[in-house]
Amino acid sequence: MARSAGVVIQMLQDILVTGLVNGGVYALLAIGFSLVFGVARIVNIAHTAFYMLAAYCFYTLLVTAKLNVLLAALIAIAAVTALAALCYRLVIEPVRSHESAVLIATIALGLIFQELMLVAFGGNFLGIPSAIDGVASVLGVSIPYQRLLILVVAAAALAATWFVLYRTRLGLAIRATANDLEVANLMGMNVNRVAMVAVALSVALAAVAGVVVAPVFVVDPLMWLAPLVTMLAIVVLGGLGSLKGSLIGALIIGYVEAITVFALPQGAFLKGAVALSIMVVVLLVRPEGLFGVAFEEER
Amino acid sequence: MVRSFLLAAALAAAAPLAQAQGTVKIAILGPMAFVQGENHWAGAEMARDEINKGGGIQVGGRKLQVELARIDTNEIQSVPDATNAMERAIARDKADFLVGGFRSEAVLAMQEIAMDNKKLFLGAGAAHSKLGINVEANYERYKYWFRVTPVKDVDLVRQSFAALGEVAAQIRKQLGKESPKVAILAEKAVWVEGIVAAAQKNLPAMKMEVVGLWQPSAVATDVTAELAAIDRSGADIVFTLLSGPVGIVVGRQMGERNMKAIAFGINVEAQKDGFWQATASKGNYVSTLETIAEVEITPKTVPFVKAFKERFKKSPTYNAGTYDAIMLLREAIEKAGTTDADKLVPVLEKTVFTGITGVVEFDKRHDPVWGPGKVTGLAVQWQDGEKVTFWPPQVKGARPFRMPAAK
Repeated sequence: MARSAGVVIQMLQDILVTGLVNGGVYALLAIGFSLVFGVARIVNIAHTAFYMLAAYCFYTLLVTAKLNVLLAALIAIAAVTALAALCYRLVIEPVRSHESAVLIATIALGLIFQELMLVAFGGNFLGIPSAIDGVASVLGVSIPYQRLLILVVAAAALAATWFVLYRTRLGLAIRATANDLEVANLMGMNVNRVAMVAVALSVALAAVAGVVVAPVFVVDPLMWLAPLVTMLAIVVLGGLGSLKGSLIGALIIGYVEAITVFALPQGAFLKGAVALSIMVVVLLVRPEGLFGVAFEEER
Repeated sequence: MVRSFLLAAALAAAAPLAQAQGTVKIAILGPMAFVQGENHWAGAEMARDEINKGGGIQVGGRKLQVELARIDTNEIQSVPDATNAMERAIARDKADFLVGGFRSEAVLAMQEIAMDNKKLFLGAGAAHSKLGINVEANYERYKYWFRVTPVKDVDLVRQSFAALGEVAAQIRKQLGKESPKVAILAEKAVWVEGIVAAAQKNLPAMKMEVVGLWQPSAVATDVTAELAAIDRSGADIVFTLLSGPVGIVVGRQMGERNMKAIAFGINVEAQKDGFWQATASKGNYVSTLETIAEVEITPKTVPFVKAFKERFKKSPTYNAGTYDAIMLLREAIEKAGTTDADKLVPVLEKTVFTGITGVVEFDKRHDPVWGPGKVTGLAVQWQDGEKVTFWPPQVKGARPFRMPAAK
């Protein structure tokens, strides 16, 4: 009896820590995606492709060019963010008024990036050494330091995003545009530039995610597809455009996946399906998601 | 005008020469952007150069040079791409023979096209039994298919149990555990179902205790939850059945967690040279079945592996078995004195060919016969960045298996 209680407690500890780490990575991706949708109504399907590009860029700078970890990470994030701003100007802005065209253009962008990486690096799976080696014991659960680093970086990036949005003039402009695009435009704001900044900010978050998770995942040209589905599930669950919703949605999905694997070992492959099922249930009960704006109220 | 005339005359003079020399065109089919296709092509290049350097294939009074066509099937990403590539190889490239293939679903579809066109298709990648069952069920249609490498899936299971017995014996001896605990970690895919059922049934009879089954997705990027649960189960062996990139993740994360359990089974990614880099040097002790390594399986193996490494700066994977396929084809053509597929089939059926992965002799399904003295395969373990062969122990060049707990 005491032994089974001990096993349950150990499992709860495992779930608590693993779910938090998984949720942190998802939050980095989902908040960026949600931000750009909230501000500019852009559904950027290439969002996780930028995450993949950042991982490749980091790999090239760290493993091939043998740069310092911090320098490689900063250059990778900056380069991918600049590329995103360029893509916005050349590909998204010209078709921005047509939502379906934006959707198709960003799908095309994602596939182009995938094929370019396939040509440049082949279909090989690449590994990146951890920034910090070793394992920490948190609540009796063994967690490699790199995973804790992911959590710390995710928290710092999310705090920085909150600071930019709520404590700076740029953030005020972004929130004003998100609140009412037309009024912001009439008030003299350059809404296109604000949208571009929002795209750059959101892709920077994706790039941070790519750089910090690359050492624990495997880098390959298709690595953007699985998180794309999970990220879409999270933002729909949390409510499209809601940053708070994305954060909570990310934690919910992170925990649901952890619970599925620990409670149902033979069904570990179902973790994605369980997460998507929860999204469907939430949509049936509350179509706007947990914290989203009801569709009829949308501009 | 004079220049055109001279050019035409030169071409006319050269034409009969080319005709007299003649070529055999072999299409090498594989996912060329991936390691599997790279090895298909590299093995074929080795065979082509060796044959052509020796003057070519002797057919009657003529010597035919080998010409290769590189056909990218992209089969890892798309089965329709593979069938289109096969059509192209036959219709546009006018290939005389077809060699390669990797993903069973794609090869099954490609097999149909090759059989429609009565072209000899020598497999060098897919393990699914159905490919051979087709030959037995409808010989007249499927007789042009021969699997050169690897052995069929059922034989892979036999191979993995035989090597697993060796690992368990070492655990009993070194750790004094009479009944080693085994956690089965199998990706969710059709090919693992039979093996999982067989493992659950047979391992207790082999004095091993199965503590659970974990099934992540083949493309999972994180298995910390699975490994934490396996750690808690007290498993001594993690019996892996992994063909996708999850194999790298398992190796790396087991290393990061300093797990005492040993990973053994089928881990396709661990067969590749890139595994050590992909796991960021964390994949120590990961073990897997293998087909070729620098050990003396036959007298041809070590020279081939050395020459391959020298030329391509990496070790061959089993897909480089295209080398054996082309060499086997040469032997059959020279015996039959023709390149006619219908006449080559009975010759191939009777041929006993010593290749780089064993002695290939085909059964009635045109599968290579598995067993000692034929093709048995190998088991290898990553030890400090080196892939070391430990099974079969009697093979010259094999070294002992190492366990993390004994480090």
